Amino acid sequence: MRCLIFISVLLLVGVCQAVERDYQLKPQQVAEDTYVLIGHDEHFSFSNGGNIVNTGFIVTEAGVVVIDSGPSRLYGEQLKAAIARVTDKPVVKLFITHMHPDHFLGNQAFEDLPIGALKKTQGGIRLLGETFNDNLYRLVGSWMKGTRVVAPNLQVEPGLEEIGGHRLQLIALKGHTGADLVILDQTSGVLFAGDLVFYGRTPTTPHARLDEWQAALQQLQKLDFKVLVPGHGPPVTSEVAISQTSAYLNWLQTYLTEQAGSGAAMAELLQPEAPQHLRELAVFSEEYTRSLSHLYPALEAAALAEGKVEQQQ
Amino acid sequence: MRYRIYCLLFLLLARPLDLFAAESPADPLNSVMWHEMHQRLLDGAPVVFDERVRVSAPAVAEDSLNLPLWIDATALGEVERLLVFAELNPIPKVLDMQPLKAAPRIGLRIKVQQATPVRAAALTADGVWHLGGVLVDAAGGGCTAPSMGSGSSDWADRLGEVTARLWSRENHSRLRASIVHPMDTGLVAGIPAFYLEQLEIRASGGDLISRLALFEPIAENPVLTLDLPKVKQLTMAGRDNNGNPVEAQISESSQTGSNRL
Ligand SMILES: [Zn+2]
Repeated sequence: MRCLIFISVLLLVGVCQAVERDYQLKPQQVAEDTYVLIGHDEHFSFSNGGNIVNTGFIVTEAGVVVIDSGPSRLYGEQLKAAIARVTDKPVVKLFITHMHPDHFLGNQAFEDLPIGALKKTQGGIRLLGETFNDNLYRLVGSWMKGTRVVAPNLQVEPGLEEIGGHRLQLIALKGHTGADLVILDQTSGVLFAGDLVFYGRTPTTPHARLDEWQAALQQLQKLDFKVLVPGHGPPVTSEVAISQTSAYLNWLQTYLTEQAGSGAAMAELLQPEAPQHLRELAVFSEEYTRSLSHLYPALEAAALAEGKVEQQQ
Repeated sequence: MRYRIYCLLFLLLARPLDLFAAESPADPLNSVMWHEMHQRLLDGAPVVFDERVRVSAPAVAEDSLNLPLWIDATALGEVERLLVFAELNPIPKVLDMQPLKAAPRIGLRIKVQQATPVRAAALTADGVWHLGGVLVDAAGGGCTAPSMGSGSSDWADRLGEVTARLWSRENHSRLRASIVHPMDTGLVAGIPAFYLEQLEIRASGGDLISRLALFEPIAENPVLTLDLPKVKQLTMAGRDNNGNPVEAQISESSQTGSNRL
């Protein structure tokens, strides 16, 4: 009996010590010098540790340029280690595409480097970063251990920037958030689209303006790229991810506007009528429900404003 | 803190009552608070869990200050009262509706403090409460900060202002109304409870159509959705707990083209 207890205690200690968690990051080459780490098509959860996002890096003559740092300190550190398995060149710069927590909470691992982002992204992270960090602790738990908000320390302006033989076109767009940075590597033809493009996975809308987002997608259609890296979902060589994102957003906007116009209450819309090809997107039902919460209040306010009311007070 | 004391008091008081009360049937949502709620909100009256009382809500509250609910007890036929409560909220009671001539269903948004059962209890003429409910998690989706509350300053000038619209549907009129009000719960230090507590909907001739008692957990600037007998015009009148009135006349807009079922 005593022996059994002893063994149980040992097992428990073992379990507790095995908590240095491993994201199993595996860089996949998508073009010359260019690698992507593809996240799960899921929601934040303990089992995925918040790794639902794509990050990427470009190995240039002058060092490595990283695009987005992932959801936690641990992810950032493991990203750095994964890069070191590909090249012995040091990381020289990090770009953050936008203010969402799965894209920047790994910044700690790159704290000493220039971390570039659009001005509004810097501001958004300063304002909401801690809230996001707390939210992720609640959603993914101990994977977030030791994670602290490091806001981007360098304001990026749109235009061309050449780093170690790679001509990077920095494009400032908006729609998914108030500031979405897109990076087109003209040298390799890889387009890092950030969360303006989702592929096979339902887009998220907590800070979205759908009209601006559609305009941004039209801009992206015009770019000359060989490979597109979406913020979530696998990289693709065609425009299909752009048109899929656009089709979903268009359906969302049309459906919710119509329902608001005909007087539907928000919670009557939890089982939407959506085309099959959109329903098949990963986490459709969860993301649609979240979007209902983000977008419906404004649409319903617009619909109610058309009503006829006389205040009698 | 004050709420905790209430809680304790309540637990102490509730205990002796149990001896006389009807037994609570087993709760399909397995809530630790169900028995207490049964005594406290329904006076231990006879209850049945009944799938005809539907509570629709997202499984996860994306914004814990604005959880949308759609409560529908029309499958029961006549309903005398429709009570909505969020069991693990510091203040559980959300709404007490006398549908009268309105359909026993309502849409609204509420604040939830943590994962909680959200229930609707519909009282039928035989004195039995029929209960439906769902579990809602308050964790949120990760990228949303809860809406900031009445941080903006202009609500004071617009307090009680009604924005509303009436839709004519096949067999009824749908009313959606939004009322400017901070709906402060009184649980935040330094901000006393300040909420709309009573609303009546009357036909233009003065006939009472429906009566609602509202409570603190209803979200800021309440948006209510109700189905009424066919009307072209109605008044909505009520007051908050400080006596500030709400009164508005709402008419069907003539240009409304969307006549949906
Ligand atoms: Zn995002």
